[in-house]
Amino acid sequence: MGVSTVTNHNDNQGYDAVMKRRNEIMKRAVGIDYAAFEFDNIGFDYERMMREVGYTLSEVIAIQRSQGVGNTPMIKLNRLTELARKLSPEGMGAQLFLKDEASNPSGSFKARRAAVAVYQAKKLGYEGVVAATSGNYGAAVASQAAMQGLKCIIVQETYDSKGQGQPEIIEKARKCEAFGAEVVQLTVGPELFYQFLIILEQTGYFNASLYTPYGIAGIESLGAEIADQMMAMTGRYPDAVVCTNAGGGNLTGTARGLQKRGADATKIIGASVDLSGLHMASDRDFNRKSFTTGHTGFGLPFATMPDRSDVPRSAARPLRYMDSYVTVKQGEVFYMTEALAQLEGMERGPAGNVSLAAAFALAMTMPRSATIVVQETEYTGAGKHIQPQLSFARQNGIEIRFGHPDEEVPGNSIILPSHPSQMKARPLELVQLRKRLVENLVFATAKGGKANLSDREIAFLADESRFTKTAVEKIIFG
Amino acid sequence: MTFKKGTWIRIKRVVMQSEERTAQIPEDTRRVPLEMWVKGFAEQDGHLGDTICVRTLTGRVERGEVVEIEPVYGHDFGQFIPEILTIGITLRKILDGGEHCDES
Repeated sequence: MGVSTVTNHNDNQGYDAVMKRRNEIMKRAVGIDYAAFEFDNIGFDYERMMREVGYTLSEVIAIQRSQGVGNTPMIKLNRLTELARKLSPEGMGAQLFLKDEASNPSGSFKARRAAVAVYQAKKLGYEGVVAATSGNYGAAVASQAAMQGLKCIIVQETYDSKGQGQPEIIEKARKCEAFGAEVVQLTVGPELFYQFLIILEQTGYFNASLYTPYGIAGIESLGAEIADQMMAMTGRYPDAVVCTNAGGGNLTGTARGLQKRGADATKIIGASVDLSGLHMASDRDFNRKSFTTGHTGFGLPFATMPDRSDVPRSAARPLRYMDSYVTVKQGEVFYMTEALAQLEGMERGPAGNVSLAAAFALAMTMPRSATIVVQETEYTGAGKHIQPQLSFARQNGIEIRFGHPDEEVPGNSIILPSHPSQMKARPLELVQLRKRLVENLVFATAKGGKANLSDREIAFLADESRFTKTAVEKIIFG
Repeated sequence: MTFKKGTWIRIKRVVMQSEERTAQIPEDTRRVPLEMWVKGFAEQDGHLGDTICVRTLTGRVERGEVVEIEPVYGHDFGQFIPEILTIGITLRKILDGGEHCDES
């Protein structure tokens, strides 16, 4: 690339000028020419991009093994399964398994994505990496940059206008700094992206985005490990894998990995915390949510408009893989986090347990012979634990009490279930989401209008949404 | 509070004034400026509240108001939340028939 030592100083750092340079900054910072995979008006050859730009599964595994990433334990949750069976009708209560991703070097599955992204940055000759994230991914990129010897800047949305930040985000900043990264912290707002572009341009570093083919290929190893471990432990592939869904990469990569192992019958279930009614760019709502990721505020917009990310074309396309999508309440996730500690002796961070809460509820509706894999855990500690998070919520005027989880109003209350039998996985209308995805792809991006869509573009929309071509045409043309 | 050149400090700067913010954001966010905090080594001696430059860990230079000298992490495990304590007791009672908590 030859960009490693170049520092680009552009005097015009006004908002409009920087946003206008967005595409050239991105092209230089990711090293991918996305236009090469686009065709006609809206078409995009996703599989060709994953093939040509990404790495094969065996390459991904080799890169990760060299950095101590992956190969995490699969743990049979005996006591939680027993609890689910006590609360289920006769013959019901699926066996629960948990993939303990907290044992990765940075404390979450995000190390898998970061390992490949940082490897690619180093291979292309970049001096450093930048990532825009308030979450576990920042710690993962910082950890991998430390391991692979690159510089690292993490840009996070941290505070509201009063300078108050979620304890969980403050802890993530500390962890990034513990790995030697520079952390740039901002108040609430989508203009974070503007500051992110300035830093990319100024440093000439690599954009270690969550949404490049590297970031997604990195998770395929997780899906493959789940398939292999379940085959070894139970003699077959799991009936269901529950993935916490936010930006969609976790689910996309896991599903692709399972498919590459031939686990085609395994149901892929997305799970998000219900934060309906809270606006993700609102200064007031910022500290009224007790989850900073794994929630519907990311899950729904990213599923139905995947290319809204920090790269021109996202490699995370969850609706291509999702068999169902459920929501759980904040109180249910906090409750299950405590249950995991009390009944399984595993203290793990709350955000990673979104899928655990959903899986526990689903287990009560599936036969005993079935197996469900909870696909991740994350590290825990000061700030990033149910106690400081509930304490912070209470200080911010959020009501916390026992009751029925259905009574929870995001931003106003956190209702811990009075009884574990009240735990529920509430299905979202997947057909509606897939329909919205088609509409967004057509109406938001079609320069030539819907009448000009080629047969190949209709086929692309069918792949994206898992509708037939006829169904896609019906959505577009009525 | 004073500091010497080379001290690890935290600065704050307004990136965008409220009137410069993009239109597609909620009203409450548009009413406030976009602010940024970074940490670095002071490029000169100074006082808390001064506007100075720092050199960050990656070697970038950023300018802003000094808000903290040798900044600390203040996050912890928060206040006691009595509800949490009862969850394990309830669950063990359901699972183990009350043998661990038959006093209640």
